[in-house]
Amino acid sequence: MSTAKPPASPYSGSKATDLASHLSPAARTPKRPEISATTLKQWLREMFLIREFEVRCMQAYQDKKIGGFCHVYIGQEAVAVGCVAALQHRDPLVTAYRDHGHALARGMAPKHCMAEMFGRIGGCAKGKGGSMHMFDKANNLFGGHGIVGAQCPLGAGLAFGTKYEDEVINGGKSDRVTMCFLGDGALNQGAFHEAMNLAGLLDLPVIYVVENNGYSMGTAIERGTTMGHRIIAKAEGYGIEGVEVDGMDVLNVYASMKDLVDRCRATSRPAMVDMRTYRYKGHSMSDPRKYRTREEEEQYEANDPIGKLEKHLKQAKLLTDAEQEKMYDAVREEVRAGVAWAEASPVPSMDELYHDVYVERWGPYTGTSLPLMLRENQ
Amino acid sequence: MTALAATPLSGLLDGVGTAREIEFRDAIREAMSEEMRRDKRVFLMGEEVAHYNGAYKVSRGMLDEFGPRRIIDTPISESGFAGLAIGAAMLGLRPIVEFMSWSFSLVAADPILNHAPKMLYMSGGQFGCPIVIRGNNGAGGQLGSTHSWCVEAMYSNVPGLKMAMPSNPYDAKGLMKTAIRDDDPVFFLENERLLSFKGHVPEAEYFLPFGKAAVRRVGSDVTLLSWGRPVHFCLEAAEALAKDGISCEVIDGRTIRPMDWDTLFASVRKTNCCVVVDQSWSFASPGSEVAAQVSLHCFDDLDHPVARVHSDDVPAPYAFNLEQEMLPNARKICEAVRAVVRRA
Repeated sequence: MSTAKPPASPYSGSKATDLASHLSPAARTPKRPEISATTLKQWLREMFLIREFEVRCMQAYQDKKIGGFCHVYIGQEAVAVGCVAALQHRDPLVTAYRDHGHALARGMAPKHCMAEMFGRIGGCAKGKGGSMHMFDKANNLFGGHGIVGAQCPLGAGLAFGTKYEDEVINGGKSDRVTMCFLGDGALNQGAFHEAMNLAGLLDLPVIYVVENNGYSMGTAIERGTTMGHRIIAKAEGYGIEGVEVDGMDVLNVYASMKDLVDRCRATSRPAMVDMRTYRYKGHSMSDPRKYRTREEEEQYEANDPIGKLEKHLKQAKLLTDAEQEKMYDAVREEVRAGVAWAEASPVPSMDELYHDVYVERWGPYTGTSLPLMLRENQ
Repeated sequence: MTALAATPLSGLLDGVGTAREIEFRDAIREAMSEEMRRDKRVFLMGEEVAHYNGAYKVSRGMLDEFGPRRIIDTPISESGFAGLAIGAAMLGLRPIVEFMSWSFSLVAADPILNHAPKMLYMSGGQFGCPIVIRGNNGAGGQLGSTHSWCVEAMYSNVPGLKMAMPSNPYDAKGLMKTAIRDDDPVFFLENERLLSFKGHVPEAEYFLPFGKAAVRRVGSDVTLLSWGRPVHFCLEAAEALAKDGISCEVIDGRTIRPMDWDTLFASVRKTNCCVVVDQSWSFASPGSEVAAQVSLHCFDDLDHPVARVHSDDVPAPYAFNLEQEMLPNARKICEAVRAVVRRA
């Protein structure tokens, strides 16, 4: 880490804190579990896949192949990868609009994710959802959602649903955990607070992971959020455990989240995580980032989660330079092929306009059917 | 209210066994309870639905039968519990959400308008939202303007949802049974002024399809179309107009989405005259949609432009006399009918 004085942290609230304290929150850090070299390399691959995918997204957006809003996940890769690793496949996941990373971490093929952004029929939602609406039923991904905080009650509902199925319908014990991601900007939405109250009240097995990147669009957290330097204070108000986690280190994310997920599964009590992270790029593709300094960005980029895991693996002699290059080349090829596949996928036919509006066929509406992505997998 | 009771519903009851007289609220409860006995995926959630036995006693006794895991009291947190129910519906459950009043649904506009009706489309057919949202809609009890919403105009504008608005216990039960089994989100609009209204409801199970209107009174001079409580005002007006030799055909639309255009157009082609009675405000409403569609499809059959009777274009007042004047009522309907029939 640089010896230069760190810039004023966006997390400071009323008192100034530095980068080091931001990324080493004063919270209990569970003992790091033993992780196999294979798994660590898999995580490195997934994080690199997300970054490479997002780089190609930015290019495609500049080339006007992607329309509308597009929010990239670069810098936050350790969060999605570490959190998903802590879940079981059958655990529901729901997130906000910065959702490509979660979709890929959950197992969506890059080609389906990219085709969705290209507005093609091969997209996960047939090109009807776009960048902010990645859904993958086979991988229990219940969407990217475009309205800030709106996914929080949905997350409570997914947890209510799994518990109801496990206990009321099947007569067993609640055995699934829902993970609901939100940005720090969503902390100020009513939907978040109503969802937290309901989750606490109804004992819902849901974990709210606040991907605290310090900015809601261009507004630094201390300018929009009370107790911005310690947001888990919000959880206390709802009788919910709050945990602070350094989200720039995938091992740390996994260790903290695995512990939390296991406890949530066992106790069916909700939790909230202040996941400290940073988005290297703008809020969306149209954001020139004039509200923060280049120096601040460089500080965080020097703490990169991918570089950190690369270093860790190499120091432990678990990864050679040649091996890494081979892995990265394979990822680049996978993403390149995904982009080509997306470009080759046809645009939706005009018949799609009145399809998937209602399940039932009536009037001009032609019913519904699963996307190609799910039919391929079946 | 006497007008509808005097109107025979026997034609609707053929083949469904003996009928009893029960209240509107009992009919809704019977439909929900029958479906909950059949399907464990169905549950009821809302403010005061359980321990209080329902703010309007619609869910009376349901906690005793189904227990607190399926009849769920919520805090006053419409956005939260509506969104929660939508999440549960995405997972495959079949929630019934009670809003004590549809007026309170405005704070839940994002989940109920921006999520439930769009989920299937946004997800490319992956996640539907089989939810029923129900509660009291419309003015009439001196509740003032914030509690007197007629949401049908604003909400029926949104594709992806269905909307039912029954006028009597028989329809309420048959439409509710259909709503709960429907795979799409259904907005079910009840009316506090109708909850104690009694009507014939058969013992045997039955369903009413959406998009099928009922002709409540056969007539030849003018077609009156309405939904929910104002259907009663139409029947009252028709009775009064009959004394003056004006024969009204009264159609109860039953559902607003889908709308039964076939029944309406066939009637207008017979009477050559149409008055739509809609308790919401006139601007961009079911009434204005009906006027547009009838003008388009029955242009050559019409002897007079379609007339509309709505609530006055003002916030609902508290004072009893002002409120009654603001709502569509039999006098206003009679005036509208006389104006079009005379000029025809």
